[in-house]
Amino acid sequence: MEVSYREAWTVVHGLILGTAFLLAFTGGLAELWALRPGMNTAAGVVKRLRRLYIGTWAMVAIAWATVISGTWIIYPWYRAKLAIVGEDELAGCVGAVLPSATCSPRDFLLSNASGQTHSWHEFGMEWKEHISWAAPLLATAAAFVVTYYGARLIARPWVRAVALVMFVGAFGAAVVGGAFGAFLNKVAPII
Amino acid sequence: MADTRPDTHHDVEHAPELAELGLEDKPDGPAAAAMVAAGFGILVLGLLTVLSEASVPLHDFLEKLEFNRGVGPLAGKTILAVAAWAVSWALLAVLWRRKDVNLKTAFSVGLVLGIIGALGTFPPIFLKFGE
Repeated sequence: MEVSYREAWTVVHGLILGTAFLLAFTGGLAELWALRPGMNTAAGVVKRLRRLYIGTWAMVAIAWATVISGTWIIYPWYRAKLAIVGEDELAGCVGAVLPSATCSPRDFLLSNASGQTHSWHEFGMEWKEHISWAAPLLATAAAFVVTYYGARLIARPWVRAVALVMFVGAFGAAVVGGAFGAFLNKVAPII
Repeated sequence: MADTRPDTHHDVEHAPELAELGLEDKPDGPAAAAMVAAGFGILVLGLLTVLSEASVPLHDFLEKLEFNRGVGPLAGKTILAVAAWAVSWALLAVLWRRKDVNLKTAFSVGLVLGIIGALGTFPPIFLKFGE
């Protein structure tokens, strides 16, 4: 069993941070959903809020860590131009069945060397790399609103709904990034 | 310092259990600022994604912000979008610090900006500008 340095980073970025993000989202969503009038005692509200703050701010930290590590550490490995030989930008991918030292994942997908793969880059990666950055912005805004109003969210269903919309929006953006990340790493793994 | 205004939003009337907690009322301005700024940050991200396809000089400028890390123009798009988000949030937060801004309007503005921005990051849309 061996995991390369680059593979380890993809595991941290996608599997570890992704799983933690899902856990934080689930916990935060459940606590936020339950902040309704008549469902909690004052003591219960305090405990519920503590869990809510931990869940929402954990989601914020994880979202930022995920997009920063993805963009600044893993993405350069994905998009390196390794296949150029003379005028042919993808010559190094001829006959390839997987990315290699002469054919980066991006080169591999664009070359169609192993099936019709260019759409994985032109649609999947292009969407993932951009929309994922909406996740930390929305998660931070949601966490701020939750922390700012605190227990008062119980009395304000509309503000709670806004926080939920931003929270779920952050999750949706992360799902696009995470799902395409998983597929892309299957079709053209970073090695 | 916490705002010590009376319960102008009548929160305790809607949720009597809050009376025990002795909460102080807060203006809605800072929350409105967070909502609008989030949408604005996503809008800037989407606009830069579209404009980077349409303009080679802008594409090259955005690429220069990668600091030789091989990130390409994505570096500039995300750095500027995050900066726009942070600066707009700070400015609006100061401007609306003690105001009761209409939250429904603020959320609607943020939502529209965010949707436009998200559309700008959708490849079938932004790639059309590079053709």
